Amino acid sequence: MESWKNHKALFAAVATAPLTWLILFFLLPLGIVWLYSFGTNQGLTQIDISGTFANYARALEPLYLGILWKSVLVAGATTIICLVVGFPVALAIVFASDKWKPWLLLGIMLPFWTNLLIRTYALMAVLRTEGYANQTIGWLHDKFGGLMTLGGLPPPGAYEPMHLLYNNFAVIFGLVYVHLPFMVLPLYAALDKLDKSLIEASLDLGAGHLRTLLMIVAPLAAPGIISGIIITFVPALGAYLTPDLLGGPDSQMIANVIERQFKRANDWPFGAALSFILMYATFIAIAFQAMKARQAEARQ
Amino acid sequence: MNGFEFPTRKGMGRRSLLQALGVAAVGISFGGLTACGKSGSEKLAATGEEASLNFYNWDTYIGETTLKDFKDASGISVNMSLFATNDELFAKLRAGNPGFDVIVPSNDFVERMIESDLIVPLDHSLIPNLKNIDPTFIDVPYDPGRKFSMPYTWLTLGIGYRKSKVKGVPDSWKYLFDSPEYAGRIALLSEAGDVIRLGAKYLGHSVNGLTPEIIKQVEAMMIKQKPNIKTFHEDNGQDLLLSGEVDVVMEYNGDIAQIMVEDDDIDFVLPKEGSQLNSDTLCIPKGAPHPKNAHLFINNLLDAEVGKKIAETILFPTPNAAAKALMPDSYKNNPVIFPPADQLAKCEYASYNEKLQPLYEEAFTRIRAA
Repeated sequence: MESWKNHKALFAAVATAPLTWLILFFLLPLGIVWLYSFGTNQGLTQIDISGTFANYARALEPLYLGILWKSVLVAGATTIICLVVGFPVALAIVFASDKWKPWLLLGIMLPFWTNLLIRTYALMAVLRTEGYANQTIGWLHDKFGGLMTLGGLPPPGAYEPMHLLYNNFAVIFGLVYVHLPFMVLPLYAALDKLDKSLIEASLDLGAGHLRTLLMIVAPLAAPGIISGIIITFVPALGAYLTPDLLGGPDSQMIANVIERQFKRANDWPFGAALSFILMYATFIAIAFQAMKARQAEARQ
Repeated sequence: MNGFEFPTRKGMGRRSLLQALGVAAVGISFGGLTACGKSGSEKLAATGEEASLNFYNWDTYIGETTLKDFKDASGISVNMSLFATNDELFAKLRAGNPGFDVIVPSNDFVERMIESDLIVPLDHSLIPNLKNIDPTFIDVPYDPGRKFSMPYTWLTLGIGYRKSKVKGVPDSWKYLFDSPEYAGRIALLSEAGDVIRLGAKYLGHSVNGLTPEIIKQVEAMMIKQKPNIKTFHEDNGQDLLLSGEVDVVMEYNGDIAQIMVEDDDIDFVLPKEGSQLNSDTLCIPKGAPHPKNAHLFINNLLDAEVGKKIAETILFPTPNAAAKALMPDSYKNNPVIFPPADQLAKCEYASYNEKLQPLYEEAFTRIRAA
């Protein structure tokens, strides 16, 4: 393949527009927010970039570290559930017939056509005390509860609606619901490229299905799994709409705190410091992962 | 019952969260409206300015035909965009007015915007309908003499409740802040300032007399109460109450008045300790492109007949005495919309305090993290 160095003019022509866009509308605003994180509020609308580290010192207080840790746990749980649920789904699509594949993929992508806020409200209608989930279970309970006496068990009492909404369960459920496509699509991309004869060979040579899955399919799909984990975990860590709408009194995540600094508290420097702490942490995690990958390569 | 009826319901509270959706479209719609402003520029209004006006308002906060009637009378077409919170309004104007002529901030934000030089003084000679306003709304602490703002509505926070699910009348903040009686059936507003200030009010302080020590005290009380609280709502408390999710909720009187029309098991009480008054006002932001049209429009909104039509739609209390006089008794004598004077006497306007606001937020973060 020819190197881009031989076609510098063409490369420049193609790259200028996106690069300008990236610098003007992404790096520059991000740089301004980064500068804010070293600033102090001067009155209501002015920020003085004084080079102080006070915002970071405040962001590293146990109160905020605790919230950050809780957000990591919630995002981690979301990612694990998405992986466990998404992997079989991706496998099923890979092995579906060519006639069905586009429809199944469309089914995965269809929710993106609806606004996140609408989907979250729909979920609230399902989960609330008098919502569809409780109505359905209550109906089944009333209809078939009597059958329990046939088995010698005492008949159940009146149906007590479950509290599904406004707690941490609802937050994780909502996050899994929203982020599942982010996991399924990269997994599908990785698994689709997989040489299926390797699976057949493994099965022919006497490995069971589970062993084939864990020792052949999973390692080969590792790049897809890792990118799936990253693009599920990172937005889940920054989720704020879902915990706001579905969460209970203690379901705040770090993004809710950041949002409040920019809006209600009118403390942009502190909000900026909190967002950048989140960003530094993400960068460190990705760098660590890249370093590990390089070490693994070096060993081979 | 159908669990998902509220998006189709008419007359939702002005700050309901679903409206954030409408707000998401504002950025786009605004780009469009500057364009139509230009195309109509050949036509001049009687004020000598081009015949258009950009109005930035809360959702469901205007009469059904108000804007059309104004256009028929003056020839000025009003482009209305919507915001969902005062913070959003402030954040948008903070970096410079993007082209709004009339905005509707609440009282504490009027103070904030005067202090940060974001709104301009009004010319009272262009607003003769000021005479329609109830005199008690003229000399208010947040804008003495009404130099910068004209009152549009007023409202107060109280307790909305489901009559069949509570014992007697929950007429004290105690039931929300300091009692396990309605454990798991309580929802509070997710506004740090309001929650902390009203907590202090319950403890016997003025909403404007808070100190860091009192904030600490309220924080400790709220952390103790937290297991009994079902959720902190985003000003959709009336929906939670209507759908049976909670039975006692901190909410604005107008929001509860709107759902009482649909469900007569719901009522509202102003707690005996008193509460916090709010007022939404009409202001002209600095750099407004059509200031004369803006004055004409504000004067029009303060007209008795126009004010009546607005009140009929939004059901919030009006400070416009002439408009109120035209309203039916079901509105005028509604104790939810107009609480008795002796109860109102215990309510105060909360003024904006730059020093305490970050402390409220931090206390609230601690309460939620505890």
